[in-house]
Parts: sequence; structure tokens; C-alpha cells
Amino acid sequence: MYTVDRKRLQKLKDSISKSSKHFTSYEIECLIKIFYTFLGETTEKQGSIGIDRNAFRNILHTTFGMTDDMIMDRVFRGFDRDNDGFVSVTEWISGLCIFLRGSLEEKMKYCFEIYDLNGDGFISREEMFHMLKNSLLKQPSEEDPDEGIKDLVDITLKKMDHDHDGKLSFVDYETSVREEALLLEAFGPCLPDSKSHLEFEAQVFKDPHDL
Amino acid sequence: MGVALTRAAQWTAAGFGTGTLELTPLNEAILNDIIKFVETFSVKYSQEAEFVFKEPLEWKTTLEPSEFESGYIVSGTTVQSEENSKDGQPLLLLSGNDIKVSSFGQLSRLLHLAKDKKLKETQACLEANRDPVVKILGAGYGTVEGEDLSTIRFLDKMKKDDDHENIKMKISLLLQQLDMLLLNNSLKHISLEIRLNPSVVKNDVDLLKHFSGKGEQTVLESIDYTSDFEFANGCRAPPWRQMHGEICYLIVKPHDCDSICLTCSTAGVFVNGGIENEAHEIDYERRSEIYKDLVTFLREKSAKFSENMSKQKLSFFGGKKKEKKKLKSITEKEEIPNLPKASLVLQKSPSEKRRMVRKLEPSLKWTSSIIPQQKKESAKESQDEKSILSTTDKPKSVSPSTSAGKTQSSSRRKSSIKIEDLISESSSESEEDEEQPDHRQEGQTDLPSEYWQIQKLVKYLKGGNQTATVIALCSMRDFNLTQETCQLAIRDVGGLEVLINLLDTDDIKCKIGSLKILKEISHNSQIRRTIVDLGGLPIMVKILDSPDKNLKCLAAETIANVANFRRARRTVRQHGGIKKLVELLDYAQSKTEPMHRHCLYETKDVEVARCGALALWSCSKSHANKEAIRKAGGIPLLARLLKSSHENMLIPVVGTLQECASEEHYRAAIKAERIIENLVKNLSSENEVLQEHCAMAIYQCAEDEETRDLVRQHGGLKPLAALLNNTDNKERLAAVTGAIWKCAICKENVTKFREYKAIETLVGLLTDQPEEVLVNVVGALGECCQEQENRVIIRRCGGIQPLVNLLVGTNQALLVNVTKAVGACATEPENMMIIDRLDGVRLLWSLLKNPHPDVKASAAWALCPCIENAKDAGEMVRSFVGGLELVVNLLKSENKEVLASVCAAITNIAKDQENLAVITDHGVVPLLSKLANTNNDKLRQHLAEAISRCCMWGRNRIAFGEHKAVAPLVRYLRSKDTNVHRATAQALYQLSEDANNCITMHENGAVKLLLDMVGSPDEVLQEAAAGCISNIRRLALATEKAKYS
Repeated sequence: MYTVDRKRLQKLKDSISKSSKHFTSYEIECLIKIFYTFLGETTEKQGSIGIDRNAFRNILHTTFGMTDDMIMDRVFRGFDRDNDGFVSVTEWISGLCIFLRGSLEEKMKYCFEIYDLNGDGFISREEMFHMLKNSLLKQPSEEDPDEGIKDLVDITLKKMDHDHDGKLSFVDYETSVREEALLLEAFGPCLPDSKSHLEFEAQVFKDPHDL
Repeated sequence: MGVALTRAAQWTAAGFGTGTLELTPLNEAILNDIIKFVETFSVKYSQEAEFVFKEPLEWKTTLEPSEFESGYIVSGTTVQSEENSKDGQPLLLLSGNDIKVSSFGQLSRLLHLAKDKKLKETQACLEANRDPVVKILGAGYGTVEGEDLSTIRFLDKMKKDDDHENIKMKISLLLQQLDMLLLNNSLKHISLEIRLNPSVVKNDVDLLKHFSGKGEQTVLESIDYTSDFEFANGCRAPPWRQMHGEICYLIVKPHDCDSICLTCSTAGVFVNGGIENEAHEIDYERRSEIYKDLVTFLREKSAKFSENMSKQKLSFFGGKKKEKKKLKSITEKEEIPNLPKASLVLQKSPSEKRRMVRKLEPSLKWTSSIIPQQKKESAKESQDEKSILSTTDKPKSVSPSTSAGKTQSSSRRKSSIKIEDLISESSSESEEDEEQPDHRQEGQTDLPSEYWQIQKLVKYLKGGNQTATVIALCSMRDFNLTQETCQLAIRDVGGLEVLINLLDTDDIKCKIGSLKILKEISHNSQIRRTIVDLGGLPIMVKILDSPDKNLKCLAAETIANVANFRRARRTVRQHGGIKKLVELLDYAQSKTEPMHRHCLYETKDVEVARCGALALWSCSKSHANKEAIRKAGGIPLLARLLKSSHENMLIPVVGTLQECASEEHYRAAIKAERIIENLVKNLSSENEVLQEHCAMAIYQCAEDEETRDLVRQHGGLKPLAALLNNTDNKERLAAVTGAIWKCAICKENVTKFREYKAIETLVGLLTDQPEEVLVNVVGALGECCQEQENRVIIRRCGGIQPLVNLLVGTNQALLVNVTKAVGACATEPENMMIIDRLDGVRLLWSLLKNPHPDVKASAAWALCPCIENAKDAGEMVRSFVGGLELVVNLLKSENKEVLASVCAAITNIAKDQENLAVITDHGVVPLLSKLANTNNDKLRQHLAEAISRCCMWGRNRIAFGEHKAVAPLVRYLRSKDTNVHRATAQALYQLSEDANNCITMHENGAVKLLLDMVGSPDEVLQEAAAGCISNIRRLALATEKAKYS
């Protein structure tokens, strides 16, 4: 499909290159190509605007090794800026830009948005509970299976809620992450792990001359 | 009964016809069991007791007819029982000595009659009837080896349904029951008493040999076989004696009694008649009781042996344990074929019984077949578990006393680590012991709240997914991990296991989080040990391969902390950690790969190298690791890193180099890699720690002459001298003064130091400094004092008084240096006046009594210039009460340096005639003569000088000749050392005043040697040689004249 449309591709590349700071134009070309490959694989309809939710989740799962449904949904939302239910080529590139190459600031912003389920600018106790509810092995002996989770939420708040208002603002979150980088993905993996990250880049950006 | 009698009972070897039962404890036990069975037979089974034997049991009895009571018809020498069999035969018939019995009833009555002869009778009976079952029941019931048809037989018999046969069968069953009982019981006996075999004896002897020799600590003076030849079966006894079960003969010399000649036989160890001198034959006769093994025997015989054994118990049995493991497999292989047809129980026994006996557990537990070492481990584990349990179960509070106790133990640990490092790598045993105190935790205190919180977090670590784990790890880091309560809490709730497990997962975040905690808590020595015990090090070494630099860094840093004790360092090495750590050093050089540029948890390459160096620094405290670092190509990398400007990096790098510089190889490599230049450069760094380590490294390396020059050439002396002015940091001061000391061995360096006014500063450091600093300061001054100009400087700055004051110290190294410095100062007459006024000579003299030979020698050397330069030296020396006697007696020392120094002192003392007379009275002549046979050129020179001086009194010349000192002296002329030649020629010249000595010299070919010396450029030597020759010649002329006149 994209081979036919070489001119369009070139134009697209140029327009995106201007806005994307982390990728070289060659890399952008590769990413556009892979986008259309994914698109071709998943949708029969010609000329669809982008990758839909299910297809995107599939990509996240197979390519980036993500497992948590809820987080994957959130990642889709993070990519789908215009909220139209599809990840377009531009959204794909700008999303991957943070996903793969983002600076710490960008990543913090991205992660915080993922974790802020209702988008009110805070990660509330309930949101945390929701995100962490599957994180502990259920012990049958325990009376209240949620007690461990509640406790974990308390621990997290104690660790990260610097202004002690019972919820995490972006400032709280940012301070904590700057203290301890491990807390960037505090409520679930929403960035590719380094192994699949490297594999993806190696596969997508491989030099055509090597082929 | 049959099986027991043929198998278990010990019959005398190689008997024909009727064998005899030996009276061993085992046999006695079997007999007693049989007696009990027979005695109670008639009561328990009255019907069967009347059963008439197929054939009567016959034997020779010791019972007299008179001993038979009612129920018997006694007539003369024959006795008949009133009871008769169906065919009218009496069931018991005694005629003369022969007795025939044909029922159990009669047998038990007989035993009642026999009273205390029971045992003897039973023994005689069984000896005469090797298979009593056949006689009792008939041939069909005989003990058939290998197959057991009894059940089948019973089935056949049952069909017949005959009363008589039923009884027969019942008896047969009863006898089989008895048989089993006997076998089991005899097994107990066998297991209590091990039969020795060649390999056991050999192991024992080898082990004892290992701990024998001269000295108080050994268990024996010697232990040897009488024969070097070993037969293929491991025995050393001649074949005809092997028939008797003898294995070998030993001659043992304990510390506290005469040597004993022993026989080791399968039955045990006993004293034999010893070796008969003329024939070199051993008198094989047994002269003592039989002991179960060599060690038991020797314990009994020699008190010293058992005393020293208990001292060496640990190492001895440590060694023995390993040996035993081997041995067990041997014996299992060996012994089973010996008993191919024995019952299952017996087959099992040889290995089992040995185990039991070795463990010294008298009970017969078949299940306890764990080998001792495993057992020890499991015991240790359970101990661990217990300590964990006790801490989790019982609430504790942290009372100040326990924490104090803990810090105490940890400080003790520190010192013990130092000791560990000193002793060789091989003895791991002692180290294990050191670890024991860890587990002594008293469960009386309340636990702090942190404890419960940590326990909860560990629970989440265990039961959480990656997200929960990361949260828990981050939260755990909020605790004060430098605090011992938290560190131990993590360990006690099993957190270490989880943390180490996390290192083995794929998740980088978990690994990083876990390492961050481990890095902190591994500052605690107990945690370090537990980490090593849990196998954490190999995993961390593996992580060093990870592409993630942050991980590498954390792993290396944690290794740096953990590898603080020997076993850990060894583990790192054994898992190839050294090589990987050295590879980390290479990181600073390689260009950053673009792939990692975006890496989220970015760390700098320099940091990787720094952490690698940090870990190597820790590891480099072991000798073998130093070697491994060198082999892995670490030195060039370290040299390259040394050019860096990062202080954080430089400290571990220089630290590693400084540690390693104790090795000769390293010093050469350090020179070759031009490391000195950079060390010198870093002396001028701002960082005190860095300065300290650089100075320390220079101190180590400056042992080498070329390096001393290099330090000067690179301008290192000035910064060193400058660093002397800062005295607050004692560690650094010690390192700097050490470097100055070693550099000052080179004359040119001393000149430089004088230029930099370092000598004045050093004098200022003679007071109020710790000993480590003083040793180096005084050492440096001692080197500086070799030059006259500096001696004057020291006097002018008032350095003599503090130096003399230091003579009363106790530190050996310090005393050696102080005496040397004082001695060097004393070469200046003006200095000598001060020393004399301060009573320094007396102090020096009293140091001759110091137990350390180095101090003695150094003091004696220092005395020489003192005596030489003191006014009224003779008077001064005489004023020391007992001083001269002390000096003369030092000639009995075994240390060559002490002897040489004392000879030199005597040379100086003997310059005073009165003193010479006194030392002559103290017997200096024979003592000096005794030393004459030496090859040590230094001693030769000073000895010859002393002899030449001592010749000046009375008839000493003649006395030296009488004590045979002349001939060895002539041999000195063949030495290569001109100093020896000069001193010897002078001595010979003095000695040649006596005619007899001239004859001895001539006989020993002195003339030719001396003639060569006359041609020497050394005038003193020329003159002395010529004088000596002229004396010899004059004597010859005189004799010729006498002959012809």
C-alpha cells in the first residue's frame, strides 16, 4: 500500500519530522512503514484512519510484552490523542516518541496521565486501589482479601504523597520519581521493558543495507 | 540358633574338627542369651521340654557327679537321670567327663545345677555340637546356608498332622526365633565394636603422623611402621601373621613415655613383645589388653597424647571426617563381598555399624544414616531456623544492652576478619567457627515497630507482582537501612532470601530495587555472611554481565561491600567475578553506544568503572585475588583509570593498587605501567583520602630502588614533604611518613628532603603522634641520619631527646627504628654527648633483653657507635651492672643478625682493656670460637674483628687456638667479601703471635691465601696479611735454626 503512495509517504514524513524531536527522518520512515504493516495486518478495510483499540492492544501485548488489560487500555487512550478510537499515523509516531525515546519529564507526564484514570489531575486512593488490585497474590487465609491492597495503597501514599492530601498530584508524583526512578511505573508497567524495547528498535530500524 | 552360631559367633580362626569359641564379649553375650533361653524353656514350654532329641548333645563337662541332686541316680563316676525316654534310655547320662543330654527339660535342669559354671558348660556344649539343631531335630532341620525351606517344610509336616511332628515343628520355630534374637543382639555387639581393617589403620596412622613431630603441640613424637612393604590387601604384617588377623606393626614414641611396639589386628590394637634386637624379628606375643583402635590405645597410654589431642581435636577430626567419607565408600565396597550369603540384616550392617560407632551413638538406629557432615549442616540449618523462629514468635524490644552487645560482636568480627586475612586460605574450619556468634540472639527483648513494618513489606515482596514488589522495595528503602535493627530485621523475617531471589528474576526494576537495598544493608557484617551463605554472590557476579549499566554498578558496589571477608572474596573469584570486574574497568574507555543513549536509568560509564574498581578494592585484600586481577589484565586498566580526573574513581583505583603493591609482581608492573607518575600527581589532589592512598601506594612500592628514583624524578618528594605539615589526619600522616621513610633510603632523595626542610618537620612529629606514624617518622629519620649534615640538623632541632625518650617503648617495629636512628645519631660525637647525658646508652643496653631478635640486633648495632664515640666509654660500659655478662651471653643466640651485631659490640667493648678482661672472664673466647664455623659473611666479618680485638688480652690468643677457632678463620680467606678478608687477616695476624696457631694456619694453607692478599689494594689488609706471613715465616726460621743448632 505504502509503496504505491511514495509521494504521500514522503510528505507525511516531512510533516511529522518537524514535530518529532527524538526520531531521525529515517526512523520516522521506518515507523510509518511498520504502522502500515500493522494496519494492513489488522484491518481489511482500505483507507481506515488508524489502528483500533483491539489491534493496538494486540500490538502492545505481542510487541512490548504488556499484560495488564487496564493499563493497555490506558496506553491506547494515551496514544489516541483525539479520542476517536483509532491511533492514526501521527498519533502513532508521537506516541512512540515518548514511549521509546521520551525524556524523563515526558515519560513522567505520560505515565501520570495513564495512571490518572479519570483525568482530574490527581491519582486518588481509589484509582490506586483499582490499579493495584491484582498485584498481590490472594492468600485464602486472609479474611479481607482487599486488606493487603489497601495496605499497599497506604504504603504508596506514605511514600509518594508529599503534601499529605491523600492523593497524588503531578508534583507529588514528579518529586517521588526524581527521588527514585523506579517509581516511574509505580502503578503498573506502561512503558516497554528494556528487552522488548531493544528488540523492537532493532527490528524496526534495521538498516536496509543489511538485508 | 544355627545361623547365629555359624555367622555371628566368633570361632577361633582356621580350626579343624571341633573349633573353640573365643571368649569375646560378643560370644559371651550370645551364650548368655542361649542360657536364658534354655533355662526358661521348661517353664514356658513344658510339653516341648519333654521332647527327646534325635541325638543327644554330647560334650565333656566339668561338673562333678556330686553336684547332681535329686532326680538323678548317682553311682560312682556315672550319673543317670530318673527321667527316661520311651525306649528306656536316660535323658541325661554322665560317665566320667562325658555327658549326654537329650531333652530341653534336662538341659535346663543341668544349667540350674551348674550355677556359676553355666557359661562354661554352654560353651563346651556348643563347641562339641557345632550344629545343635541337627542333633535336636534331625538332619532335615540343619542350618542350610543360602536357602530357607523351613516354611515349605512346615507345610509338608502340617499335612501329616502328627503330634510328635507338631512338637518338633514348634521347637524348630522356637529355635528360629532364638536364632533371630541372637543375630540381632550380636549385631548390636558388632556395631559397638568395630573390627579394624587395613584402610582404617592406615588412615589413623597417616593422620597421627600428620600431627606428630618435635615440639610441644604435637600429639606424638613419632609413629612409624616396622615395615615399608605393603601387601596388596593393605596389610604390612607377614602373611603367616595375617592369618591371625594382624594388619601391621607400629613403633610409637609418645611424648611422655618410652616407645611402644604395637600390633594392629582386626580385633584391635595391643602391645606386642617388641623387636628382638639380634634378629629384627617382632615378638608377636600379646602383652596388653586389646583396645578398639589406635587413638583409644594412645589416649590410655599417654596423657600428653590425649591432652594434645583435645587441643587438636578440631583440626584432627575435621580431617578425619573427610577421610571417613572416603573410607566409608571403601569399606562398603570391601566388606559386602565378604558376606555374600549372609542375611539381609547382616549385609546392611558393616557400613551402618561403622557410622554408628564413629558418631559414638550407642543406640541402634537404622534410620540415622546421615553422614556426619550432612548432619552438622542440617543441625546448623535448624539452628538458623530456630533463631528466626524465636525472633518472630516472641516479641522483643531493643534494649540498649542488646544493641551494645551486637556492636561489640560486630567489632569483634572486624578484628577477627583481620586475623582471618592473615591466616592462609586453606583453613576454612576456623572461619566457620567465627560465624557462630551470629546466631546467639536472646529472645527477651521487644521488637521495634520497624520490625513489623519490614515484615509486612517482605510479605508483599514475596506475594506481590512486579508492581507491588517495586513499591515494597522502594518503601523499604525509606527505612534507615544503615541502622542495625533494620538490617537484622530484614534478615530475620527472611527478607534476604527474597531479595536474593529477586536478583534471579528477569525484571530489571526488581533487580535494581533489590540491589539498592542489599547494597545498603551489606555494610553489616552479619548480613554479608548471610548473603554469602544464601548464595547471593554468584548471582551478583552473573548480573555483572547484564547490559544495564545501572545494574552492573549496583551489583559491583554490593560485591564491594560483601567481599569484606575471606570466604566471600574466594567465592567471587571462584565464580569468575574478578575477570568480570576487571572488564568493568574498561568501560570508561569505550565510547557510549547509541543504543543505550536513551536508556531510562542512565548511569555514566565512569560510574561503572568506579564501581568495578570499588569491588576490586575489596577483593584485592586476598592474595589469590591479587593474582587473579593481574591475570585478568587489571593493571593496565587501573593504570589508565589513574589518569582520570574523577576523584571518586581515583580512590578505589589507588586503593586497589595500594593493596596489590604488597606483591612483587605488582610492583614491577606498576613501574612498567608508569603508574608512579600518576600516583605522584594525585598526591597534590584536594582529597585527603586520595592523598592517603597514593602515599600508601608509594610507601609500598618504594621498597624498590628504581621506584624511589622515579618518585623523585616525577617530583613526588615535594608534595610528600608538604603533606607532613598537615597532622590532623593521622591515617594520611602515617601513609605520608611511610612513603617518606621508604624514599629516604635513597641518598639523593634525602638531599631533596633536606632542601624541603622535611627533616625539621619530621623531628617535630616525634611527639604526640600515634605509633603507626612514629614508626615511619623514626624510620625516615634513621635513614636521614646516615648523612652527617642531617645528624647536625636533628641535633639542632632538638630531635635527640624525643628519640631517646622513645627507647622506652614496647612497639617492636618502633624500637627497631628508634635504635637504628639513635645509633646513627651517635656517630656524631656531639650528638653522643647528648645521648650520654640522657642516659640513652643504658636504655639501648637494656633493649638487649628485649624478646624480639630484631630489636636485640638493632640495639646492639646502635651500641657500637655509642661506645666508639662516648667519652670514657670504658668507664661507662663498666657502670652497667651485669651489662657485659648480658652481651657475652647473647653470643648464644641463634639469630645470625643478633650474633653479628653482638660481635660488633664486643669489638667496641674490647677496645677497653679492663672491659676486655671482664668479658674474657665471662668466657667470651670459647663462645666466639664456637661461632667460627659459619658461612654468613656479615657474621664472619664481625666475628673476625671481635676475635682480633679479644686477642689483645692475656692468653686469649692461645685460648682461641685451643678452642679450634683458627682453622675456620683461615677458610674465611676464601670468601668473596673483601671486608671479611680484611677482618680475618687482622685476626690471623693477632693469632699468629702464638706459635701453635701459626702451625694450624700453615697446615690449613693460610700462607698461599695470605700471599694473594698482600697484593690487595686495601692497605690494612696488605699490612695484616704481611704481618701474619712474617710471623709464620719467623717461626719456621726459628724451628729450622733450632733443628740445626
